[in-house]
Parts: sequence; structure tokens; C-alpha cells
Amino acid sequence: MKKFLAILLVLVMMLSFVACGGDDAETDGDAAALKVGFIYIGPINDGGFTQAMYEGAVASKEHFAGQMDFIYRENVPEDTQEVKSTALNMIDEGCNVIIACSFGFGDAMNELSAEYPDITFLHFSGAMKNDTNFDNWFGSMEQARYLTGMAAASVTESNILGYVAAHPYTEVQIGINAFTLGAQAVNPDVEVKVVYINTWGDAELEKTGAEQLLDAGADVITYHADSTAAQLAAAERDAWAIGWNYTKNDAGEKYLTAAYWNPEVYFNYALQNILDGTFKPESYYGTMKDGLIAIDEVNEAVPEEVRNQIADIKEQMEAGEFDVFTGPIYYKDGTVLCEEGQTLDRAGIWSITNEIEGVSAI
Amino acid sequence: MEVFLASCVVAGVPLLFATVGELITQKAGNTNLGVEGMMLMGAVMAYVASVGTMNPYLTVLSAVLAGAAGALIYGVLTISLRANQIVTGLTLTIFGTGFAKFVGQPYLGKAVPAEVTQFFVKRPLPLLSEIPFVGPIFFRQDIFVYLSYILCILVAVYMYKTRIGVNLKAVGENTAAADASGINVTLYKYVHVLLGGAFSGLGGAYLSIVRIPLWQEDVVNGRGWIAVALVIFVAWNPIKAFFGAILFGGLSIMGMRLQVMGVGISQYLFDMIPYLATIIIVVFSTHKKRKESQPPADLSNNYFREER
Repeated sequence: MKKFLAILLVLVMMLSFVACGGDDAETDGDAAALKVGFIYIGPINDGGFTQAMYEGAVASKEHFAGQMDFIYRENVPEDTQEVKSTALNMIDEGCNVIIACSFGFGDAMNELSAEYPDITFLHFSGAMKNDTNFDNWFGSMEQARYLTGMAAASVTESNILGYVAAHPYTEVQIGINAFTLGAQAVNPDVEVKVVYINTWGDAELEKTGAEQLLDAGADVITYHADSTAAQLAAAERDAWAIGWNYTKNDAGEKYLTAAYWNPEVYFNYALQNILDGTFKPESYYGTMKDGLIAIDEVNEAVPEEVRNQIADIKEQMEAGEFDVFTGPIYYKDGTVLCEEGQTLDRAGIWSITNEIEGVSAI
Repeated sequence: MEVFLASCVVAGVPLLFATVGELITQKAGNTNLGVEGMMLMGAVMAYVASVGTMNPYLTVLSAVLAGAAGALIYGVLTISLRANQIVTGLTLTIFGTGFAKFVGQPYLGKAVPAEVTQFFVKRPLPLLSEIPFVGPIFFRQDIFVYLSYILCILVAVYMYKTRIGVNLKAVGENTAAADASGINVTLYKYVHVLLGGAFSGLGGAYLSIVRIPLWQEDVVNGRGWIAVALVIFVAWNPIKAFFGAILFGGLSIMGMRLQVMGVGISQYLFDMIPYLATIIIVVFSTHKKRKESQPPADLSNNYFREER
């Protein structure tokens, strides 16, 4: 009797599996032409990077009005096996485009793009791509950083600007250097103090780092890290704060501006190409011109003259006529980054390995 | 210098709550390695209460209850069911971590309401804050920090100056003898284990409510373990715990401070020091057999009256 019951139970369970499978297949009936799977490193309401990426996906879905649908998974660690299984699940669920929104997701995309030629893989940051279905995308954040640097230098009284930075790594250093160049353009006496917290996100460390900078005399704080904790630290001490990644104001009236992403610009562009069958990997690099990179409205405390200057340079950037890295620029150890009369192109910018003169960092 | 020491105090406060909590737990003969988990439970429940009620008192109460609830799980398992204390504590840490992630998920991106953050702004104490050197360091802080001072002093008085405190010591040192002398051992253990959990919960709440009023899953970030080390480092003495917490708190921000000053010593090095220092202290105190720096003799032993 017991044996019979066991067999019966097993049969029931198997049947229920089959039944579930059937349900899934039926719901695929009215699917959109594009189903995109987004892989996020953080939670979609983090007030920073992942939220920017998520809202971009929502805006893009609206833009394509029925032709595009998306699913997402948040809090995915930068672990290649985990990323791969996440992407495979998405492919199982009918996704034909995977957009992986973190540097560490690259290897998984690279491996899967070879195995699944019919699926398109779009990887944020990095340099990996192939000739058919795998591309990377990023943006010229240096432009927005430059403009925020101008705003910062115009309101500082101590001439010390604080910068809470994640890792001493090219992407971060590009931002620091561009910010410094912008600041120096407005106020040559300004010093940018940097604290590296050696993580992309830890609100406690971000806040502590900002506090050390404030103790050292900084009266404007910006950051390259995931949360808005540095803004909180600035607000507590009545110092200015500049946002990053997303336009979240956690500093109240002392919110100066923010350098942020408009990812839907890229999503719309790449997905349209995929729809039209004209997609071709190109190492997409968005700019102020196409709007992937943007700067939030500048606080009115910034003198009108500087605000006009910012607007002016922004226009030049949008027209593609302004190079952030224009020589002479020296690294802080005195070696030359960019000769007089020269400018750095994208490859040049991405081979930056140190902070420039005017920055004090370890 | 004063500014830096004031930051050390702030960095030390969550450690102080958790350390004093673990200290009284251990004084009752129980090692609870679930400090990290109880801190996280306190942190998340305080957050939930602050967003839900916008009331600072209920926020603090919620942290106390959440920490104590975590400790109750531990208490039932180790005191009543006599499960292994170390294993139970570790499990509690894992449970608390998951609990905080699960409960906190919908609160990501929601800030602690202004009604609560305004309550915990820095309030210099009249007169005391004017004392040179000491004033700016200790008495220009928020109410939560003052609460930690008061609790620390109360615990010291309780442990050393009251009859119950002496009984507590007896329970930890020789449970069987305490039982024989008519002390309700089970009650003592439960009360102090729960009290310990409540303190840990407060430590977590300080981080999630006052320090970083933005919910993040790993807000406690290993401080529970530093607290466990601190208990040994300060030799089960709540007054020493006060200074030990500020010292270890200071170490946790030292690297960044030096970076700003242009000295490049890695923060990772400073992060090792609390544990290294604790190991050295353990070696020394074991070697020298100084009576006052020994753990309670019946620590981690579950008590079975029938085995007496």
C-alpha cells in the first residue's frame, strides 16, 4: 500500500510539472517582437546606477509601444556562473536581447554570445565584442564631470573640493581628472582631494570618506560610488553636494547638480537597429551629443556668469566641438598626460592611469 | 584632532552597544555569536518602524524588541533545549542576515523620514560641551550616542554595585554553585541573553537610522564580529569597553583619514588590527592567568541540573 502511495505521489508530481510547462507555453502567444532581459548588479530602487538603468528600460519600453517588453533580475553578483545562469533563464523565458549592466558581467556575455548566435548581448562598459551579436556600450562621462567641476569650483570658499572615489582605476580616474580640469577652468587655485574607498558601494564607507574630506576643509563633495551617502554627509555639514549616476537629491538646498546617465538613449538606438536587422557591434560610446550623458540643472547659487559658461561649453560638447582633455595636462607626479596643443581621443582617455596635477590622492 | 576623535566616538557607538550586550550575555555564561545577526535584525526593524510610524521612540523600541527577539531564538535553543551555543550563535548570524535582506528589500530607496532624522541630529549638551577637549569629542553628539554612554554606565553599576550583578557573575563563573545557592539560573540566563540581544539591536539601529539613513542590506558589515573580539579585548569590563569601542571604531576610519592627510597606509591593514590585538590579548591573559581578565569560568557550557 505504501509503495502504491509513493508511486501515486510521484506520478501526481510529474503531472503537475507537465501542467506547469503547458501554462508557460501558452502565455507566449502575444509576445512583443523584442523581449529584453536586463541583468542588474544592485536593486532597482537604489537611487543610483541601477535605478538609472531600470528607469531607462521602462522609458524604452514606452518608446517602443508594444514592440518591446522586458524582464529583469536585480542584485546579481559579479560571478560569471551566476550571471550565465541568470542570462540562460532569461533566454529560456523567451528573451532575444540580454543587456548586462555591470563591468563584471562581461565574461559571461562573451561566452554566451558564441553559444547563442541568435541572441544579442549588450554589455555596459568594458571593451569586449564580436562581429555579430555581442557589443559593449559606455559613455563619455568625462564631459558631464567636467561641467560639474566648473559648478563646484564656482561655489567653493575653501578652494578644496572633496571627491569620494571607488577604486584607483581608469574609469574613476577619468572622472576625477575631468572634474579637476573643469574646476581649474573656473578657478585655477582649486585643489581636488580624493579618498578611495576601495569598493563600488558601501554607504558607511562613502559617508565616512566624505566626512574625512569635510574635516580636511572641503566644502563641495562629489563621488564615484553607488549610494548617495556622500550627499548626506555634505548636507549634515552644510556643504555642497554633486550627485552621480542618477538625479537623486539627498542634499536638499545644497544639491549643486549631478552627472548622470540616460540609458534609454542607447536602448532605443540599439533595439531599433536589432528590430530593423541593421544591428552591428561598434563599441558604442554615448556622449552629451546623443544625450546618453547628461548634467542635471545647475543650482542657482552658481554665479550666472559660470552658469552661462557651463551652458556654453555644454552646447559645444553637444556639437562635438569641445575636448575635455586638451593639453598641456600633467599627471600629479609631473609626467605628461597630454602635450600642449594635443587632445586625447577615446583610446587616449581610456589609457589614463593616474590623477592629474591639482589632485591630491594616494 | 578633536574632530577626528569625535568621529571615532561615532564609529565606536555601534560597537559599544553590541559589545556591552555580548558582555552581559557572556557574564551569564552564554557565548552568543549571533551579534551580527541581531544587529541586522535591529537595524532593519528600526528602519521599518521609522518609515512606518515616523516616531523616533517607536523606532528605538522596535530595534530593542527585534534584537531581543533574535536573542530569544538563541535563548530557547541554548538555555531550554541546550543546543550547542557556538553553532546556535553562528546560525543566528546567518538567519539575521537573511532576515534583514528579506524584510529590508521593499525599503531600498526609501529614506528614514525627517521626523526621525531630525530627532537624532547632533545636540551639544549645555555646559558639558564647553569643557575643553572632552566637550567637543563626547558631548556634541546625538541623543543615540548619549544613550550609549548612559547604558554603559548603568551596566557597570549594575554589574559591580548591585546584588543582582554579583549573582549574575556567580551564574557565569559557576552555574551549579549559583543554582545550589538558590539563584534562578534559567531566569538569569534568559534575562541577560535577551538584554544582550536588545543592546545589539540598538547598535544596528544606530547604523541604519542615524549613521546612514538609507537602507542597505549589509549595513552592519562585520561589526558584530568586531564586538565579539572586543568583549575579549576589554576583558568583560563595560568601562574598558567604552574606550575599546572608540579605539576599534577609530581604527575603522583611520586609513581614510590618513589618505586625506596624504599618508598611504591601506585601510585593510587597520581592519586587521582589532583581531590581531584581540589574539595578542588572549595569548597574554591566558599566559599570565590574571584573574580579572579571564572569561567567566562556565562560559559556553550549557547547564544541566541533573548532571550536577
